[in-house]
Amino acid sequence: MPFAQTIGGTRYVFDDLKTLLARATPLRSGDVLAGIAASSAAERIAAQRALADLPLVHFLTGTVIAYEADEVTRLILDRHDAAAFAPVRSLTVGGFRDWLLAAEPAAVTALAPGLTPEMVAAVSKIMRVSDLIQVAAKCRVVTRFRNTIGLPGTLSIRLQPNHPTDDPRGVTASVLDGLLLGAGDAVIGVNPATDNIDAVMRLLDLLDTVRDRFAIPTQSCVLSHVTTTMLAMERGAPVDLVFQSIGGTEATNAAFGVSLSLLREARDQALSLKRGTLGSNVMYFETGQGSALSAEAHHGVDQQTLEARAYAVAREFSPLLVNSVVGFIGPEYLFDGKQILRAGLEDHFCGKLLGLPMGVDVCYTNHAEADQDDMDTLLTCLAVAGVTYVMGVPGADDVMLAYQSTSFHDGLTARAMLGRRAAPEFEEWLARMDIGMDAERIPARLSPALIGLA
Amino acid sequence: MTAPSLWRDLRRFTEARVGLGRAGTAQPTAAHLDFQESHARARDAVWSVLDVPAMEAALVALGLPVLRVRSAVPDRRAYLLRPDLGRRLAAGTTLPRAPGSVAFVVADGLCAIGVQRHAPSVLERLAPALALPPGPIVIAEQARVALGDEIGEAIGAAAVVVLIGERPGLSATDSLGLYLTWAPRRGRTDAERNCISNVRPGGLSYEDAAAKAAWLLRAAQGLGATGVALKDEMPATALPAP
Repeated sequence: MPFAQTIGGTRYVFDDLKTLLARATPLRSGDVLAGIAASSAAERIAAQRALADLPLVHFLTGTVIAYEADEVTRLILDRHDAAAFAPVRSLTVGGFRDWLLAAEPAAVTALAPGLTPEMVAAVSKIMRVSDLIQVAAKCRVVTRFRNTIGLPGTLSIRLQPNHPTDDPRGVTASVLDGLLLGAGDAVIGVNPATDNIDAVMRLLDLLDTVRDRFAIPTQSCVLSHVTTTMLAMERGAPVDLVFQSIGGTEATNAAFGVSLSLLREARDQALSLKRGTLGSNVMYFETGQGSALSAEAHHGVDQQTLEARAYAVAREFSPLLVNSVVGFIGPEYLFDGKQILRAGLEDHFCGKLLGLPMGVDVCYTNHAEADQDDMDTLLTCLAVAGVTYVMGVPGADDVMLAYQSTSFHDGLTARAMLGRRAAPEFEEWLARMDIGMDAERIPARLSPALIGLA
Repeated sequence: MTAPSLWRDLRRFTEARVGLGRAGTAQPTAAHLDFQESHARARDAVWSVLDVPAMEAALVALGLPVLRVRSAVPDRRAYLLRPDLGRRLAAGTTLPRAPGSVAFVVADGLCAIGVQRHAPSVLERLAPALALPPGPIVIAEQARVALGDEIGEAIGAAAVVVLIGERPGLSATDSLGLYLTWAPRRGRTDAERNCISNVRPGGLSYEDAAAKAAWLLRAAQGLGATGVALKDEMPATALPAP
């Protein structure tokens, strides 16, 4: 079904829903690369006006990728909760923006099961940064494993202790450094240098030993491929969270080597270990705009709509944590600090509105037009928006993945500036261990010798 | 060594930026400026330009034909935005035929510094070590790895070796990568290549990189393919003594 809009005497026609969404998307390099971006500012605003007039119910019948062709589309429509959708059922996309801006937090939060990724992506395309921040801040999402993540007034940090060769002492030193700077309540999660099963199992044992030795109320994760983690569980490794990168189309997930049924199997296996003490959110997902185009699995749909569809995959599995790796995928998808800023806030907004415990890897690569100033801006905006967690990397420099993220210091600063706190169980632990009392000496209770650093 | 009790002692265990201390909640000035310097070097490296005449002069000494081409990319900004154009030759490019040879492509990639410094030294060791005849050396500007497919196809090469600048990190800005593709032709995927990365002083040496590339090419000839089917099973003893 075509859509049309006249702007300043020129009539713009958009052939179908995915074209309308793509043309309405604020400029980013990935949509230009895919050949689906608006060709002028006027065409973009024409598409945004047409999109604003579209009734939300249209998204329950019109699809961007056919129901028969894609299991993610089937998941989205089969799981739609009509009762939760009722409060906004009569609205257009534009009316939905106004409703979100005026609504109370409880009403916005209750909407999540009634919303589809395409509805959420559509409304984000006609929102400014300020809108994305204030609406996301209304959403309440709380998850639990060994602590409680996402309570109002908290900001959690993933401690990311990567090392180029997975050297155990190198990883351990970064873990201790992060703990001393208050990081690690979201997860202590290491990206392994290889997907070798023995190496992954050694890292799992290492992280579990450190957590156990210091009795840290948190969870660990080795971010290997889901099939590697499943094998590690079979072999008795101490797996808290199952990690996987996911995308918004069946073909993207196939390129990642996963499907919905495989993820279901992995989750069941992790649940059977019963390692969570406070709750059973056992999954950890990463996503990022551009992954579908990179895998040539985008079906002509814009990268931000596809990113929101990845969140529908995530929420099916009640994850503890989900984050976009927003600036990691490269400048051919998000060119500069401006594009990364907007995309990071869109991803957080869409994830939260769909009911996810949404974090963001505030990051960039050296060939993007971005620097630490851009990351400071995005981090501050996200913290105001109530981001569930961000990354903590020693000195913001990931020496294994060769990109820059947020440092432990950045997390502390964001908490201090905005009065945010760590997860309550973790905050009590920090105080118990005398962390933050001395700027030079390591507290005796955290002695490096206790975890093999001598 | 004594057991560490000071925060900064953690630095002895990793090259990661640990034990920086703090100024309030932020990094102290020295650590902050160290980071900014590393990032400045990496940023400048992305915009480094291949000195083509100097490269030509270094390569003709190897006794192989040396040619120059450009990708279809007009400038550096377009290079970053349009990886598809960096994988195609500029319109009107013609290349000589050298059927059955191993063609070499010396490409700037995401950073020209490592290519400029290391490519001639690697080729000097690699060309004489090949089982197949060495073909021409093609210097390619604004090139992505897959540009080697079109070049190799035009030449009729049995295999192509692309020596290309790797994405600069904060710790190294002069890393060279080698990508090996058997029976190169347009449309080959990255799964059909073998990669040797981090070639630089402090990383993989010229000798080891050349020996590994020669080993892989001999194995590829036997298998009739590069890529995931070709596992790097070169015994450690095959490397020349340091």
